[in-house]
Amino acid sequence: MTFTRRMILAAAAALTMAPAAVRAQDTIKIGEINHYKRMAAFAEPYKKGIELALKQINADGGVLGKPLEYIYRDDQGDPAEAVKIAEELMTRDGAVMLTGTILSHVGLALSSFAAEKGYLYLAAEPLADSLVWNSGNPNTFRLRASTWIQAAMLAEEAAKTDAVKYATIAPNYAYGQDAVAAFKENLKRLKPEVEFVAEQWPALFKIDAGAEVQAIERAKPDAIYNVTFGSDLAKFVREGGDRGLFDGRNVYGLLTGEPEYLDPLGDEAPEGWFVTGYPWYGFADGTPEKAFVDAYMAETGETPKIGSLVGYLDVLSVAAAIEKAGSTDTPALIAAFEGLEIPDTPIGPLTYRSLDNQSTMGAYVGTLALQDGKGVMVDWSYKGPDGYMPSDEEITAMRPAD
Amino acid sequence: MAFFFAQFLTGLANASSLFLVASGLSLIFGVTRIVNFAHGSFYMLGAFIGITLMQILPGAIGFWGAILLTGLAVGLIGAVVEMLVLRPIYRAPELFQLVATFGVILVIQDLALMTWGAEDRLGPRAPGLRGVWRIFGEPVPKYDIVIIAITPFILFALWYLIARTRAGILVRAATQDREMVGALGVNQAWLFTGVFALGSALAGWGGALQLPKGGADLLMDFNIIGAVFVVVVIGGMGSLPGAFIATVLISVLNVFGVTYLPQSTLVLMFVVMAVVLIIRPYGLLGREEVAGEHGQVGAPDMPIRPYGPVGQALVAALLLVLALLPVFADQFMLILMIDMIVFALFAASLHFILGTGGLVSFGHAAFFGGGAYAAALLVFHTDTPMELAFLFAPLAAGLLALAIGWFCIRLTGVYFAMLTLAFSQLVWSLAYQWRAVTRGDDGLVNIWPSDWLGETASYYYFTLILGVGGILFLRHVIHAPFGYALRAGRDSPRQAEAMGINVKRIQFAAFALAGAMAGLAGGIFVFSKGSVFPTELEIAASFDALIVVFLGGVKTLAGGVVGAGFMTVVEDWLTRLEYWRLLLGLVIIAVVIIAPEGIVGSIRTFWNRIRGSEEEAAK
Repeated sequence: MTFTRRMILAAAAALTMAPAAVRAQDTIKIGEINHYKRMAAFAEPYKKGIELALKQINADGGVLGKPLEYIYRDDQGDPAEAVKIAEELMTRDGAVMLTGTILSHVGLALSSFAAEKGYLYLAAEPLADSLVWNSGNPNTFRLRASTWIQAAMLAEEAAKTDAVKYATIAPNYAYGQDAVAAFKENLKRLKPEVEFVAEQWPALFKIDAGAEVQAIERAKPDAIYNVTFGSDLAKFVREGGDRGLFDGRNVYGLLTGEPEYLDPLGDEAPEGWFVTGYPWYGFADGTPEKAFVDAYMAETGETPKIGSLVGYLDVLSVAAAIEKAGSTDTPALIAAFEGLEIPDTPIGPLTYRSLDNQSTMGAYVGTLALQDGKGVMVDWSYKGPDGYMPSDEEITAMRPAD
Repeated sequence: MAFFFAQFLTGLANASSLFLVASGLSLIFGVTRIVNFAHGSFYMLGAFIGITLMQILPGAIGFWGAILLTGLAVGLIGAVVEMLVLRPIYRAPELFQLVATFGVILVIQDLALMTWGAEDRLGPRAPGLRGVWRIFGEPVPKYDIVIIAITPFILFALWYLIARTRAGILVRAATQDREMVGALGVNQAWLFTGVFALGSALAGWGGALQLPKGGADLLMDFNIIGAVFVVVVIGGMGSLPGAFIATVLISVLNVFGVTYLPQSTLVLMFVVMAVVLIIRPYGLLGREEVAGEHGQVGAPDMPIRPYGPVGQALVAALLLVLALLPVFADQFMLILMIDMIVFALFAASLHFILGTGGLVSFGHAAFFGGGAYAAALLVFHTDTPMELAFLFAPLAAGLLALAIGWFCIRLTGVYFAMLTLAFSQLVWSLAYQWRAVTRGDDGLVNIWPSDWLGETASYYYFTLILGVGGILFLRHVIHAPFGYALRAGRDSPRQAEAMGINVKRIQFAAFALAGAMAGLAGGIFVFSKGSVFPTELEIAASFDALIVVFLGGVKTLAGGVVGAGFMTVVEDWLTRLEYWRLLLGLVIIAVVIIAPEGIVGSIRTFWNRIRGSEEEAAK
């Protein structure tokens, strides 16, 4: 009897204590919505990047004299669920703005929601071009370099070779289709004689790799453009390698060099592919890039992924915007994000273009090689988005009137 | 010619792993009548356990030994799952067990994440089998040839087991008539456990055998389940040779589809399934289901009656609270309630055909999403005023239901369910792939209500009136002569026909009405969220509704609504936690075991028992 009563008393005490403990610390809250379970391989490094940045910023006194806090919520990868959570974060939990998501369609749903309700949304990882262009709105900003930019970088490299017959393989959904369209448009502009002899569209994560490889081989292309990723990429690389598809052909891989996709390939990483990615192992000592990698590895004991970098930059962007705005009310924050300049980040200065609310985060491009039984990018370089975007006029024409 | 042959071999190699998984599912369904959606999870476990064992055991013997052990390990896990989760609920209503298997999926997903981490694993290569052999000059991977060669042995072993052993005789007998097998003194419980373990082991072997061609990742459970069901249905559920023929058919067609129609990858197999089912309603080698064979387990249904005065007063009080909610609740509470009412209407529409009509639809999201898309397309492309576009949601969904129902209604039971699934996949792929119109995965955005509904409170009332109105309307139909005819058709089609009821036509009309009501829910949904994406048309969306109907109670009036409310609240709480999938899965399994008649049904039984004992005490 007494035991039960003591338990109830303790529980009651714990319940009444808990809110007090939270209230004691007045923080600035950011609503972070992501697919933590459904896309665990991508969301976990991203979250660790966020936590590293929060730790550093809060150790330096936070922003506007208050600690910065991210509230993490799982949307199950469902846009409707994300919208509901966003409402709760903003109206009940006291978040001052929204950020997050990896999947483009969830990002687009949040973007539309933010515009309708007058909230601020910083899209961290979604790649869809329409997020800042065709469906862009004044309330949405985007951090990561979009599909178009990364495809344009690969097309530039492809145009330097004398290959004219190309085959493409991309997952059969919006991202894959955009990535192929962007590559084709950029390559045709640089090199009009190029022709595309095969376009393969495997269903996302359900690739029939043997058949796809046979179909591409049958078209006898000079070069191949790959957009598959994750388990599709692993199967495609295996079948293609075994059947000699990549022998004597240039292959361009969108995102293939990102550790999220490259690491699982182990010693079967496809040598010689020209890819976009994140060569965290290749940074020179003393650079801010290396400093971030060291800090991240010291904090987490893991090697960084591209998501780690994006999560880290996400917090830096948010903190810089709040400092610039001098307050946390949404109109001031939106004004602060427009043209926001952050001088010191692991990738150098970062700006949010007032033209289309896209950040100037670029991408690393390089060639895949095998070192110590692992795939790495060699001869890599970091490229900013300048020169890989449509012209300002074209972008303005695409964006709905603000 | 050489190229064709090489393509054919690729198809056969793909078929081998798929056949293992599919034959396991077919066996389980044939004997236990469980539609086991967790089968993909056993496949995934097979892949992960296989990799782990292969890292421990060295060399070629280690590799093949690891595959063998993997099957045994997964079979053991399957047996445990069967004994803990499924054995208590065999006497629950038809198809109820699939809710439990859904809980199992969630639990295994989180356990796999905890055990093996989030990163994709590349499968180890089979020792000595890397590279290709040239056949007529075309390169064919060595491992492909090996698994093509293995498959006939597996088929033979299965055939021998089923056709020549005593265990096989029992399995076949149970597939034919499990009551009779029980009556003849066979211990059904162990027979079911054994078959479930064997089926799981086959899935595990399938997962391990595909490792040298792929690997293990946390999404592979869902990614294979569609293909597996398609294969089993095309072959005829419960038929092993059928599953084999269908696997080869689908795999080879897929390879040719990839080459000559690369865009077809999303829909090809569902088109094949729809065609096969329309021509042969029970699959290639399936047999007709005898009416009443697996439905109506346990006591016969009590006729549904309208609520008495107490029940009506309770409902009225609840509605009053809902009507006054904006006075004292905050904005998010209203948003949550809108979600709940939309989901409740969607679930009630499914419950209408499922509970009252006895038609289990696996593709009801086609109408919910179809309604949402109809309204959204009008707003997006033609700037139609919201009020007008909204009307199109139930209208378009009803028309879609008429079209789909025309094909499906001639089928019964699981085959009906699978054909609705196939059609809903076609609708999904239309939204997914026809980007010029639907924007594909980018969805349709900025679909917001008119200004007079822009405030959350006003949209809440809009939702409340239409949602509750729709639910009450469906209840009214159930108690109208139309509803009685529908129930007659469910309980005894032959007697209903004899009384002059055109059962199929009544069911057809009910299917269309349910579609229209789901479309209404979709219309409310799209304007509350401001956007719609193909996710609303996915199989998962159909199953969300199916699960809440079963959880609430199929054989009750309020089942769909109560189940939807329960699920919305539980999900809202649990997803805040780290391992919410594990907890949600356990909650679902717990509800299923504690309340095998659904939440409402079990409360009613409990209530009746208390009242009954009181009455007896009074005597």
